[in-house]
Amino acid sequence: MKIDLHTLGPLVALVALVILGALLNSAFLAPANITNVLARSAFIGLIAVGMTFVITAGGLDLSVGSMAAFLAGITIIAMNAALPSLGVNWGTIMLGMVVAVLGGIAAGWLNGALVTKARIEPFIVTLGTMGIFRSLVTWLADGGTLSLDYGLRTLYRPVYYGGIGWLTWPIIAFAVVAVCGEWTMRHSRFGRHVEAIGSNDRVARYSAIDVNRMRLLTYVLLGLLVGLAVVLYVPRLGSASGSTGVLWELEAIAAVIIGGTALKGGRGRVWGTVVGVLILSLIDNILNLADLVSPYLNGAIQGVIIVLAVVLQREKRTAEER
Amino acid sequence: MKRRSLMKAAALVAAMGMGTAAFAQDAEKKIIGVSIPSATHGFMGGLNWHAQDTIKRLGETYPNLEFVLSTAGDPSKQVNDIEDMMATRNIDALVVLPFESEPLTAPVKAVKDAGKFVTVVDRGLSQEGIEDLYVAGDNTAFGRVAGEYFRENLEPGSKVVVLRGIPTTLDNERVEAFQKALEGSEVEILDMQHGNWNRDDAFAVMQDYLSKYPQINAVWAADDDMAIGVLEAISAANRNDEMWVIGGAGMKEIVKRIMDGDKQLPVNVTYPPALISSAIEMTALNFVSNAPMTGRFIISSQLITPENAEQYYYPDSPF
Repeated sequence: MKIDLHTLGPLVALVALVILGALLNSAFLAPANITNVLARSAFIGLIAVGMTFVITAGGLDLSVGSMAAFLAGITIIAMNAALPSLGVNWGTIMLGMVVAVLGGIAAGWLNGALVTKARIEPFIVTLGTMGIFRSLVTWLADGGTLSLDYGLRTLYRPVYYGGIGWLTWPIIAFAVVAVCGEWTMRHSRFGRHVEAIGSNDRVARYSAIDVNRMRLLTYVLLGLLVGLAVVLYVPRLGSASGSTGVLWELEAIAAVIIGGTALKGGRGRVWGTVVGVLILSLIDNILNLADLVSPYLNGAIQGVIIVLAVVLQREKRTAEER
Repeated sequence: MKRRSLMKAAALVAAMGMGTAAFAQDAEKKIIGVSIPSATHGFMGGLNWHAQDTIKRLGETYPNLEFVLSTAGDPSKQVNDIEDMMATRNIDALVVLPFESEPLTAPVKAVKDAGKFVTVVDRGLSQEGIEDLYVAGDNTAFGRVAGEYFRENLEPGSKVVVLRGIPTTLDNERVEAFQKALEGSEVEILDMQHGNWNRDDAFAVMQDYLSKYPQINAVWAADDDMAIGVLEAISAANRNDEMWVIGGAGMKEIVKRIMDGDKQLPVNVTYPPALISSAIEMTALNFVSNAPMTGRFIISSQLITPENAEQYYYPDSPF
């Protein structure tokens, strides 16, 4: 019962935030605001679901924000380049989507291979690729901004802004990925292996789990989800620059930790991550809507929430050990 | 732009007037180090482009000048760059756009104490009197010019929202000047939040403004990167006809739209990334001409309107 309360902690915090938001400003619960906040959360949300698997397996990925910027860059370049031969149609956009997703898989594979085959610490590998991807996008953009052709943008736009009623495509994609992610973590062999590797990789190896392959797969999965996030991100502003996706990696990691996944690995909770993502974007939204504190302090409030979440986790672990 | 062609003309006259005699007399190479922040934002991207462009052009014009360019992502890297320039290239002059004023003050002072010519660009050092030449945009005018446009072009009772940049003294100067220009008018500033000179952040903040306020007549986005995010949020909410947006710094896409007479983007305020060109050219002139090149050179912020937009349009620049 006591443990349940801790598990439900993030959910309680989320509900409390929603109530607080509704009390502070009546516009908070307006459908347009809910749609905005959920759709905005989708990028970090997709990435954070993938990050949950990487962290649960005992890894870490600091490169996802830069990777997203780089993928957005090459996606835009590919679509602009294909424009003269293919024209303004969904074929060109599909090509861009394929570039984003395949590029994500390749980038994730690169990170994973450096971690598992070259045996370098994930922190170091992804710190390196973080710099590489960020420089590459700045270089591709010549220090400025890569912009998608206007005609293509108009056609592509509904992928971010459209959807079924108020359920826009980013929200739907986030929900589907979250449900699949939760199922994979809880009920699939892959999910069980990921938890086993994260909690003790030697024991996992003795149990005939292909540790390196599983670990590589978590990075590939994360790369794929970053690619998917880019597919939804590009139609929003139709541009990519050196300042795209700055600090997304830390937001994704924070969401995973707030959601109750252990940073040391071994215990992953995808639904918790989803709650964590929503908590982070709700804090931003509420602070913008309410003028509660000086905007200089927004970061501090997020910081307090992250630290509190980890403190709650630690209490739980000591309770288990007793 | 006018200023740039003037500078070019001055450089040309100086070069011709001095002729070959001067070069022969002073045949040894002069090395000018240029240290600027790296291109992580539209404005800095433009600044990097103008720096490279100017260096290339001056290198061709003056064979006895050599340039060393380095770009840094943070203040400590910039300090290292400057130390390297002193130690390995033995530079004769330094053109520096300090990433932050405080941490760069002592290293730049060391360069000056070694007897080099120092040009400081855009952000002043925290101690006065170090630099020989100071070249900067006018942050107060940047805010004031925008504020005056709002004051003159909004009905009494109009409501305005503001997107601020990254919390810095530079941002404070601009915002204070903007507020001061609106003081005593019937225009109300509803809200000011930080969009961090970033498209995505500005998009999110503007979405929240649109949920919060049923009436908004105009937006001061204070930067063209942020203006793009703001415009996208407005069009997603289908409120294009209700408000116009003023950005700043003269991004080419925005200038183009002003040229085309876009109603949503009536004007823009300059804060030219080409100010680095002025700084480099004036530093170069210190070595190739007899004209005095010390002092302060403040590039004023101009209002870009559909009538004059063409002269602020650089189609080749990334910004």
